[in-house]
Amino acid sequence: MNLLEVEKLRIWDGHSGNVLVENSTFQLKQGSCLAIVGESGSGKSLTCRAILRLNNNALRQSGEIRFQGVDLSLLDEREMRRRRGKQLYMILQNGMRAFDPTNVIGVHLRETLVHHYDWNASEITEKLKPAMLSVGLQDPIGILNKYPHQLSGGMLQRIMIALAIVLEPDIILADEPTTALDTVSKFEVVEQFIRLRERMGGSMIFVSHELGVVRKLADEVLVMKSGSIVELGTTADLFSNARHEYTRYLMSSQRMLNDRFQQLMGGAGIVGR
Amino acid sequence: MLVVNGVYKSYSRGGMFSSDRQQILRDVSFAYKQGECLGIIGESGSGKSTLGRLLLGIEKPERGTITLHGESVENRSSRRGRISAVFQDYTSSINPYFTVEQAILEPLIRKRNGREVNRSKIERLLCQVGLSASFCAKYPHELSGGQIQRVCIARAIATESSCILLDEAISSLDGSVQMQVLQLLKDLKDTFQLGYLFITHDIQAAAYLCDRVLFLRSGQIEEIVDIAQLRNVQSPYAQKLIRMMMN
Repeated sequence: MNLLEVEKLRIWDGHSGNVLVENSTFQLKQGSCLAIVGESGSGKSLTCRAILRLNNNALRQSGEIRFQGVDLSLLDEREMRRRRGKQLYMILQNGMRAFDPTNVIGVHLRETLVHHYDWNASEITEKLKPAMLSVGLQDPIGILNKYPHQLSGGMLQRIMIALAIVLEPDIILADEPTTALDTVSKFEVVEQFIRLRERMGGSMIFVSHELGVVRKLADEVLVMKSGSIVELGTTADLFSNARHEYTRYLMSSQRMLNDRFQQLMGGAGIVGR
Repeated sequence: MLVVNGVYKSYSRGGMFSSDRQQILRDVSFAYKQGECLGIIGESGSGKSTLGRLLLGIEKPERGTITLHGESVENRSSRRGRISAVFQDYTSSINPYFTVEQAILEPLIRKRNGREVNRSKIERLLCQVGLSASFCAKYPHELSGGQIQRVCIARAIATESSCILLDEAISSLDGSVQMQVLQLLKDLKDTFQLGYLFITHDIQAAAYLCDRVLFLRSGQIEEIVDIAQLRNVQSPYAQKLIRMMMN
């Protein structure tokens, strides 16, 4: 059963008439993870934000986006707001910009939760604590009293995942969540994503240009190039025999990097195990 | 060529009069040989960018010395034409009011013979980094990330420095563009006998380009190994990093 159906999505600039995303059609099945890959400027993030109707006012969109049978583009702003966060949850690329810099993390999280549940402050803390511990954030209370700039990018990313655990959304849209992180934090955040999927069995749209991460997480992969979908298939299929030339090009550049590394490490490597 | 000896660096934490200091680098010593490509690997907050700024002479170490061909890097004259840099954030590395041509010309004018630089040299440089001469009149906002990074590389090689410091220069580019820039760096290295100081958190990229790698952790050197010996790293931290990369 399809949880989300996007049909003939078209995004264009209202002023100049430039078409940014053309005729994009795809489905997200219940419980599966769809990855959107492509270079910067290919329209991955735009597509993601169009689903939540978060794009800049200057950008217009047409086409149908059906979530649980309801066309999201027909909903008024209040209805849409109720769905954002609770049902469609977005994890952003840059943790530093995703949180309110003038308040401590706790205030931000509380505001979000109060919008969807009528919990009081102590209930919220009780719910957040185990969620934060489960994503490897020690001392949750201390973190809730810190400002975003006092925490690292990897920690902020994990706080966003912890909030998702509390909210239990139907779909998680992750827009390049690991791009801004270094090797160690990336590894940890990807582990958390895998666990998040295991725990909630929820559906996910994962936007990334890192094929290594995509291969670990996704069931299906959608390849975008300058605003159009060039290929769509299951992860295993796409990684073993990509049909489109562009997909093969993306794969080959990734492989060249990896090959050299594997060669140095001597196949599986000694420390690899 | 570049010798780093017992370098310490700390920044003050808190207010202007606070005496609370955060130690960034502790007793860092290593030697960089002319023409080699040395990778400096560390996670965020390990002090690798601070080390980069010290190597460029933009900041001064608190203790210890950094010498370039026997002279302190703090002297402008010792750095001139010997070391140049490419930074991570391509949106802020070029003056937005400058065209590509002006940007590449900027370091050349500082050189004494700079005024004789003609347009054909700029065009040749652009060609070497894989851009066409038509880019001369463009402004940075008209270019994509990969293209700006190429302009930055052209600017860095324009002074004919023998060593270029790349501080996370490919980290904010996406997969295939990263590969193109890495390939370009490799080609330039062979044509001009360039050496690189390649600061990164990406071991795969370092493995692709470097001859030696240095692992930096909380301001201290964990280990320096030849790239061929990467699989035999001794320190637990380097092993952990490599294990994460393998999975």
